[in-house]
Amino acid sequence: MTHSEKATRYIKDEARVDWHDKALWFVRQKRDIQTKKVPEWETLRELASQIKANVLSELDTYLTQFEENAIKNGVTVHWAKDAQEHNDIILRILNGKNAKKLVKSKSMLTEECHLNSFLEKNGIEVVDTDLGERIVQLRHETPSHIVLPAIHLKKEDVGETFHTHLGSEKGAKDPQYLTGVAREHLREKFLSADAALTGVNFAIAETGGITVCTNEGNADLGAHLAPVHIASMGIEKIIPRQSDLGVFLRMLARNATGQAITTYSSHFLKPNNGQEMHFVIVDNGRTEQLGRVDFRKSLYCIRCGACLNTCPVYRRSGGHSYSFTIPGPIGSILSPGVDLKKYASMAFASTLCGSCSDVCPVKIDIHHQLYKWRQIIVNESNSSFSKKQIMKAMGFLFSHPGLYRFAGKTGRKLVSSLPGFVLYNGLNTWGNGRELPQPPAQSFREWYLENKHKTGNKL
Amino acid sequence: MSSRALILERIKHRKPTICSLPTIPLFERTDIDLNTHFKEMLQFAGGQTVDFPVSDGMSDLINGIFPEANKILSNIESVKSKNVDFKSISDAHQLYDIDLVVLKGEFGVAENAAIWISGDTLFSRVLPFITQHLVIVLDKKQLVWNMHQAYQNLNIFPENGFGVFISGPSKTADIEQSLVIGAHGSKSLTVVLI
Repeated sequence: MTHSEKATRYIKDEARVDWHDKALWFVRQKRDIQTKKVPEWETLRELASQIKANVLSELDTYLTQFEENAIKNGVTVHWAKDAQEHNDIILRILNGKNAKKLVKSKSMLTEECHLNSFLEKNGIEVVDTDLGERIVQLRHETPSHIVLPAIHLKKEDVGETFHTHLGSEKGAKDPQYLTGVAREHLREKFLSADAALTGVNFAIAETGGITVCTNEGNADLGAHLAPVHIASMGIEKIIPRQSDLGVFLRMLARNATGQAITTYSSHFLKPNNGQEMHFVIVDNGRTEQLGRVDFRKSLYCIRCGACLNTCPVYRRSGGHSYSFTIPGPIGSILSPGVDLKKYASMAFASTLCGSCSDVCPVKIDIHHQLYKWRQIIVNESNSSFSKKQIMKAMGFLFSHPGLYRFAGKTGRKLVSSLPGFVLYNGLNTWGNGRELPQPPAQSFREWYLENKHKTGNKL
Repeated sequence: MSSRALILERIKHRKPTICSLPTIPLFERTDIDLNTHFKEMLQFAGGQTVDFPVSDGMSDLINGIFPEANKILSNIESVKSKNVDFKSISDAHQLYDIDLVVLKGEFGVAENAAIWISGDTLFSRVLPFITQHLVIVLDKKQLVWNMHQAYQNLNIFPENGFGVFISGPSKTADIEQSLVIGAHGSKSLTVVLI
């Protein structure tokens, strides 16, 4: 199903759409308050963008430097060219330790690789430990937002889910109570886990270490208790120097949720005593994106989610209307590179207002990329016959001024005189859920010709 | 070809022309009272501060704040552990029922109330996370303004290979954007400023 088909279903519940819209706009406002407290905010964005540009231009060097240092620190480093190889590596590590229970903190990469279902098929119990992710996991759903996985749900939904799966009181909906229930449930999982998997926010070439940011403390509880810690990372997570974290940690939480920093920013360099630590470096289409000159900047992304929160289309259509693992503007420029046909509609789920690019902490030109993907999608895929014909007719019309003026005049007359059933029918998709504006009495050209004499041609 | 070689080969052929790495300024500020700002930011992050200008009697102070804490572990000399002994713990899982952990903070960052905890001072890495409540004792003189200065301090990384910035108690807003303090980690954070 296309984005607009799924969104059409989503917006049927108007009250819920309004609530979703406001909840995300609230996050955007919190972000604005925090970012405005940093006088050098725009300088930080520029620096972050420059660091990421440098990273891409020396990515092979940094990755090998990172690997070399990580090995020196006692970490085992693995390389996976695609999702399948990533999943195979994880399973091999787990089987090697006879691990049956895995606790996992937030990692969009493992969502992208569909790791959970793969491991479950192979007899491993996987427990997502981020509260939002645990909620959607129990509901057999996917995250609808990269930072707020359960933002599509109301507390009543969560109460119902916890009652069914965790035995909480029926009808309970107090977030404090429900979080407490999850805390007890997950503490037991942390204590009995055989292995822990975390994502990676930043991988530092000069130290061979990784930094993981959470508010809940779930990554640390998993990683420090289990005998094996596996961290999965895309190749683009590399930054050159530890001091670069100064830039990124000042921006990430401020831009994501309006906090000054996340509660925990954990720096892992060496495995714990008696513990194994593994880093899995994953390509899965990223090197292809690197080769696309117009789109490689999408690899700068630090997954703050600000472009989702600000997007008028995302806020009103919900994360599940996008078919890709990562929804919203950033997902819409990453997904066509993964499968142009499958995700063809996502680049069109935008008004091109540019708000996404304005809030991006690493200055990705998101709306420009959306526009460029549209050109490619229209040229390479079968966009609808009627759309093509309309574009041809419009092209003809705009290149013949006389005809254009005639059509305008006729249109103005018709719209104000035709009965509603002629104007609002299946042929006029623009009129779905919208009223046509009252046409003005004259065109700008007519007005101009009439008025320019009055002011002595000084208009 | 191994996946490693394949990935590196692809990058080599597809990467853009070289872009230089910028120098990061320190963005220092002299117009801010670090102490006051740190306290405000910690409150914003859900934590609380206690001023404690003298060195003895800290055990009483902490017992006063947490009268119900049964098992206390401390790595501060002036605060005694209670009902639990480091020596008796051979496996981090045994820490599951610790009520209170008292730790030394290396330095604090005023702009976001983050405190650096060095892995070298932790008898177990899971300590700051598994405890129900956390107290960090921090020397006021060890406050810096921002994260750039913080990373200058971290030129020497903890020997044991782990360290963490902690700002406030663990929290979540995953249920309808309602802030709940006490997700998986500590339910409260008290910073004692000495």
